Amino acid sequence: MVTVKFSATLKATTGTDEIEVDAPSVRRLVRLLDERWPGIGEQLTAGMAVAINGEIIPDAMFEELPDGAEVHFLPAIAGG
Amino acid sequence: MTITDEPQAGNETPGYKWVGTRPIRPDGLDKVTGKARFGADLVLPNMIEGAFLRSPHAHARIVSIDTSAAETMPGVQAVITGADFPSPDDMAPGDAFQAMKIMARDKVLFEGHPVAAVAATSRAEAMAAAKAIVVEYEVLPHVGTVGEAMADDAPLLHDTLITSGIDPAPDTPSNIAARNLLERGDLDAGFAAADVIVERTFTNKPVHQGYIEPHAAVADASQNGRANLWCSSQGHFDMRSMTAKVLSCPPSMINVTPAEIGGGFGGKTTIYLEPVAILLSRKANRPVRMVMDRDEVFKATGPTSGAEVRVKMGVTNDGTITAADVWMALEAGAFPGSPMGPATMTALACYDIANFRVEGFDVVCNKPKVAAYRAPGAPISAWGVESVVDELASEIGMDPIELRLKNPAVEGVQAPYGPAFPRIGFVETLEAIRDSDHYRSPVAPGHGRGVACGFWFNIGGNSVATVNVHEDGNVSVITGSPDIGGSRSSMALFVAEELGIDVDRINPQIVDTDTIGHTDVTGGSRVTLSAGKVVVEASRKVKADLCRRAAKAWDCDIDEVEWVQGQAQHISGTESPLSLAAIAKNAGRTGGPISFTHAENVRGAGAGFTTQVVDVEVDEELGHTTIVRYTTAQDAGKAIHPSYVEGQMQGGVVQGIGWALNEEYIHRADGTLDNPSFLDYRIPVASDLPMIETIVVEVPNPAHPYGVRGVGEAGIVPPMAAIGNAIERSTGCRMADLPMSPVRMLEAINERNAAAD
Repeated sequence: MVTVKFSATLKATTGTDEIEVDAPSVRRLVRLLDERWPGIGEQLTAGMAVAINGEIIPDAMFEELPDGAEVHFLPAIAGG
Repeated sequence: MTITDEPQAGNETPGYKWVGTRPIRPDGLDKVTGKARFGADLVLPNMIEGAFLRSPHAHARIVSIDTSAAETMPGVQAVITGADFPSPDDMAPGDAFQAMKIMARDKVLFEGHPVAAVAATSRAEAMAAAKAIVVEYEVLPHVGTVGEAMADDAPLLHDTLITSGIDPAPDTPSNIAARNLLERGDLDAGFAAADVIVERTFTNKPVHQGYIEPHAAVADASQNGRANLWCSSQGHFDMRSMTAKVLSCPPSMINVTPAEIGGGFGGKTTIYLEPVAILLSRKANRPVRMVMDRDEVFKATGPTSGAEVRVKMGVTNDGTITAADVWMALEAGAFPGSPMGPATMTALACYDIANFRVEGFDVVCNKPKVAAYRAPGAPISAWGVESVVDELASEIGMDPIELRLKNPAVEGVQAPYGPAFPRIGFVETLEAIRDSDHYRSPVAPGHGRGVACGFWFNIGGNSVATVNVHEDGNVSVITGSPDIGGSRSSMALFVAEELGIDVDRINPQIVDTDTIGHTDVTGGSRVTLSAGKVVVEASRKVKADLCRRAAKAWDCDIDEVEWVQGQAQHISGTESPLSLAAIAKNAGRTGGPISFTHAENVRGAGAGFTTQVVDVEVDEELGHTTIVRYTTAQDAGKAIHPSYVEGQMQGGVVQGIGWALNEEYIHRADGTLDNPSFLDYRIPVASDLPMIETIVVEVPNPAHPYGVRGVGEAGIVPPMAAIGNAIERSTGCRMADLPMSPVRMLEAINERNAAAD
């Protein structure tokens, strides 16, 4: 199980701050979240990064999720 | 001066021979003698010159374009308009906006928006032909600021733009492209617990990165559909992929060779000329060079956002910040994509605040599309937040550094944007300034002293490095990261440290997109971390291979060989050591060329923090502010080449000083730019500045083999607020609008005096 913590923007869709999900990868996690909240998958993948246990990963779709991981979705960061 | 959290033995770089030293940059001689080739320097046989026709209007519908006269003018080889490009209708939304930025289609959306381009045998002929193109416009009402653009009855730039980040999504289009909201705790309870609440609104105008070298590109398209492109950019792989999308061709059909770059600061992470030059070259069947002049750079390339930021914060008398409510709207220019996301995410990142709300909007308006500029968005929100934090300190009678030390982001604190911070060095930067000679010295009579802090994420990303050992034992290190801030030296230092050879024996090279694997842009303060990591890994592969070859020569097990100070040694001491040169000389007999590549999407970026202090003197008759003394402390993780770390810190501060005191886009009522030159858009010059004193704090990033974090961006985040805070403490005037130019200072001083009368 992993714990997904939603930003206030995403909470408008999910109605909850966090949720526990049994997902071995980010790809699977996004699919499960999209099944529960149809359309959120696009929000979670378009221009978004994922923080897994505190580490921000820009292209995270194929990342594995260790059991007990804390996951955040946040706007992708570029730089100047 | 360097501060670390590890014991030092009187050495700037304990434990290292090369990392932490300051060799002369390998590209330095060519640059100071004029030999280095920048974007505009390339000349190809049969090459012709390109020029644009640009919109004179901020917002207008294109009724018709007649190129017939231009096409028959002397020297003209090709004329193109939006109709010559693939249709944006067939592209993903972001790519379509990029395509429409490169060349207008039905509408022009900012002054300077390209409408047509011409290639001719000389630049003068190309410019004359461009002028001969007849365009009929229907001028439309324009919106120049976030306030105008967000009004209910505002004219729309894009009829299909629906705000993202709102659920349910709006059913009507607007100029608001996106919204981001960060929230935690109970805001009302937080403000109820506060003894003092400060609430203010801040604004800033667009400011340009101000790189000295204008954009330039040379394209040579072949009849087989391939094209060679030479351009000055922060990332030639991104130039290739963006160009390919605009031209709807496979990226591999374009080979991009990086020119030397005369400044970027984020502004050269996107395309302007490249697809146009290729299309002109295809049509003319000749190489085409396109070079912007400064007027075009100001009018048609991305500055950073003008913005409005509203900040409300509460604090208890003992210095606990109990609540923060931040609202901001950032100009994106003509197409979506302001740095609103990082502006919201960084706004409160320096602090541990239990109750907060940060809401941001990305707003399109009739100005050039913004581009990245050093820590994109962070200086804009910090201008508001750090000003209010300073006022909170004044209101409760607390030293501004002590207030920050009572509420700092530290390891384990959940960042406002989500995850908990790993080991970070914010407190160390605060302590470094608090204990500095500058802060401990008395403030001179009539002067004011201000403090502010800043944060930047730093990023990793894709990098590739090849390390080649030549037959004489010297080494080339090859990457795809354009060198803006001295990265050639840093890469050479990593190799020297790993292989134990003199840095002068290492030749760092940056090569084209066909020669090395995909490498992300030089931006986000990522190159020393990411490219450095792959250089270290490739060097370690070389080192392991050298030991294997020595074992082969000595007919022993590889475990009996170790690499020490640039040579293979047998652990028994029974064999004469083999130098790198000796092994390289016999490479063909021990397995072939010695060449190893490492490619990685590097993780583990370490967040960067900075604290800065400035003393100012305000001439109350002229409104002119003099920067008397400036000191910046920044956590670099590890300074690989300290001179370039200090240079990045100083450069960020100097650009921030310009942003604070002078720089702004000034628009006329019709939305056209009134100051598109360095005569009227005033960036700081050496005579405006004191020596910017630096304190390099080193709290190693545990995820990097040398502890690197990245230093290119955080330095520009605090200066506006630091200077504003110093001005307030000098004059009693709390400035809210940037720049704090003499005109605005005099207005503020007059208001203060009128209020006192």
